[in-house]
Amino acid sequence: MKKSKTGILSPRKVSENKAVIFADLFKTALRGLAVHRNRSILTVLGIIIGIASIMVVMSVGESAQKLVMGEVESFGPTNVFILPGRQPKGLMDFGGTLFTDSLTLKDLEDLKKKVNVPAAVRVAPFVFGEVTAVANGESYNTTLLGGTPDLFDIFRLGAAEGDFFTDLDVAQKSATALIGQDIAEELFGSSDPIGEKIKIKDKNFKIAGLLESKSKNSFVDFDKAIVMPYSTAQHYILGFRYFQRITVEAAAIEDVPAVVADIERLLNENHDIAKSEDADFFVRTQEDLAGMLGNITGILTGLLASVAAISLLVGGIGITNIMFVSVTERTREIGLRKALGATRKNIFSQFLVEAVLLTLAGGFIGVTGGVIMTYLASVIITAVSGIDFPFVFSVFGAVFGTVMALLIGLFFGIFPANQASKKDAIESLRYE
Amino acid sequence: MVLIEVNGLTKAYEEGEQRTLAADNISLKIEKGEFLAIVGPSGSGKSTLMHILGFLDRPTGGTYLFKGRNVNDYSDNELAKIRNKEVGFVFQSFNLLPRLSVLENIKMPLVYAGLPETEKNRRAEEVIKIVGLENRRDYDVTKLSGGQKQRVAVARALVNDPSIIFADEPTGNLDSKSGEAILGFFQDLHAMGHTIVIVTHESYVAESAERVIHIMDGKIKSDEKVQNRHFISKEGFRK
Repeated sequence: MKKSKTGILSPRKVSENKAVIFADLFKTALRGLAVHRNRSILTVLGIIIGIASIMVVMSVGESAQKLVMGEVESFGPTNVFILPGRQPKGLMDFGGTLFTDSLTLKDLEDLKKKVNVPAAVRVAPFVFGEVTAVANGESYNTTLLGGTPDLFDIFRLGAAEGDFFTDLDVAQKSATALIGQDIAEELFGSSDPIGEKIKIKDKNFKIAGLLESKSKNSFVDFDKAIVMPYSTAQHYILGFRYFQRITVEAAAIEDVPAVVADIERLLNENHDIAKSEDADFFVRTQEDLAGMLGNITGILTGLLASVAAISLLVGGIGITNIMFVSVTERTREIGLRKALGATRKNIFSQFLVEAVLLTLAGGFIGVTGGVIMTYLASVIITAVSGIDFPFVFSVFGAVFGTVMALLIGLFFGIFPANQASKKDAIESLRYE
Repeated sequence: MVLIEVNGLTKAYEEGEQRTLAADNISLKIEKGEFLAIVGPSGSGKSTLMHILGFLDRPTGGTYLFKGRNVNDYSDNELAKIRNKEVGFVFQSFNLLPRLSVLENIKMPLVYAGLPETEKNRRAEEVIKIVGLENRRDYDVTKLSGGQKQRVAVARALVNDPSIIFADEPTGNLDSKSGEAILGFFQDLHAMGHTIVIVTHESYVAESAERVIHIMDGKIKSDEKVQNRHFISKEGFRK
């Protein structure tokens, strides 16, 4: 035990402790921020916006990815799509709109032959268009989808009332249709639509069935769609004889490459195409589709993330700026603390901790704000588009945002903290 | 016991061609328990001398022995530690941190000593009684009078139980009555065994000390015992 130098004070009992010094630094920094509350909040606004953007980007990105992938996967990975036109080279390539009439009835018949595509278990053609349906003096704009009875299975559609159309209906171009729940409600109200007629392009179609309500995250909203045999749709409404899609289902996922190869060989032969780049059709697998959609969401996420990065950079510069102001304002305090025994490291830590607390607070506010905005976004998207847009809390986004805030505080706090620590004690004490 | 011994101490400032000596070959000894006043007009170098003796500044020449140890080659961190443990400062303009309470201001040096909260409080409570401000413990220091502020500063200087107290014009910002009270206070502390160095340009302040060193142009002009010492405190050390 060390004896008191003068005997006034009781002898010291305790040795020094670095953790205690740090706890005091923390308290001092908190107080420093609290004193300039408004300034602190304004300063971290850039950080808050940046971190909130990161949070929204990550969460909405994950939601979109989840939605799109779920959609793609719901078709089953064994389905292969044949699309008319040239394969688009990129996002902005509209060459795909040429040769839209290339998929013919002959192609369909040939694809169905077991010799041509041995691994195919089902071949289903589709046509579609926007139409106006009229009944009881009311009219309704909607999507018309034409196909074979296979489409009910492919889209997992059920009939709430009435019946599906049959292959015979396809062969006979029967004027028959199934309608979705929303159309039935709009055009027929509470009365039973089965057996009633709807008029499209001045032709009456008998309503054979009412589709079961289906969740809305689909390419086609079946609650609002009209479904009929493709031959009927082509003949009476659309006025063309080609197909807009043909789906070919492979027996197993291992058969998909063989099916794709067979399709390409067959259609190239049918269309007299020598080189594959001249093809007037293209084949897309679920894997291609998933990859493509993944790319699109990836690009969007990247774009928004770079906006967030710029906001964080600007915010970080703001932190440096306000910390320099704080260091200058507190020059005398720095001088005093040095006179009382603060080391350069103590002063450096004090200002660095203050900067980091500032950005971390911004980070937490940003993450919270981001979560709220993401939730609102999912509610609004669901309400506006009718798609069941899932709300996802991106754990990665929250952790990443917080770590970013910490790093920004450290990086942008270093310069002012260093300047503070280098101040001369005497000059600082004399600073007015 | 010799607390401080400096020999041939110089402090030179160079500004372009101009070379000025703020301390010019100063040699002196300060014994433990002394009450010393350093006197001189402004610009004489008295403050520079105090800053060097108080480890706030480094000399450009000469040797400085503190408690027999040569501190010339001490690192910045070692000097910070000495300032913290061995020295108490009292400034003309008080230099209290606004928005902090009396107690928190007094505890400041203990922060850098790394003491736990209970020990800091215990020591602060002891010195706050010495300066008689225990009923102002939680006041914001900006609400205190000048004399009270300087008493807080003295308590802060005492709290880490230093070997020496340096006071730079401690009465400069005080009215004469408060100034007298502070000087009386220093005399009380001296009577209790504290070593005190006051820097001043006023002779009545210097006369409260027991020894006076006159500084002019960075040199010691005279170093003598005070003949008619001006005693202030009659009532004893706690009022």
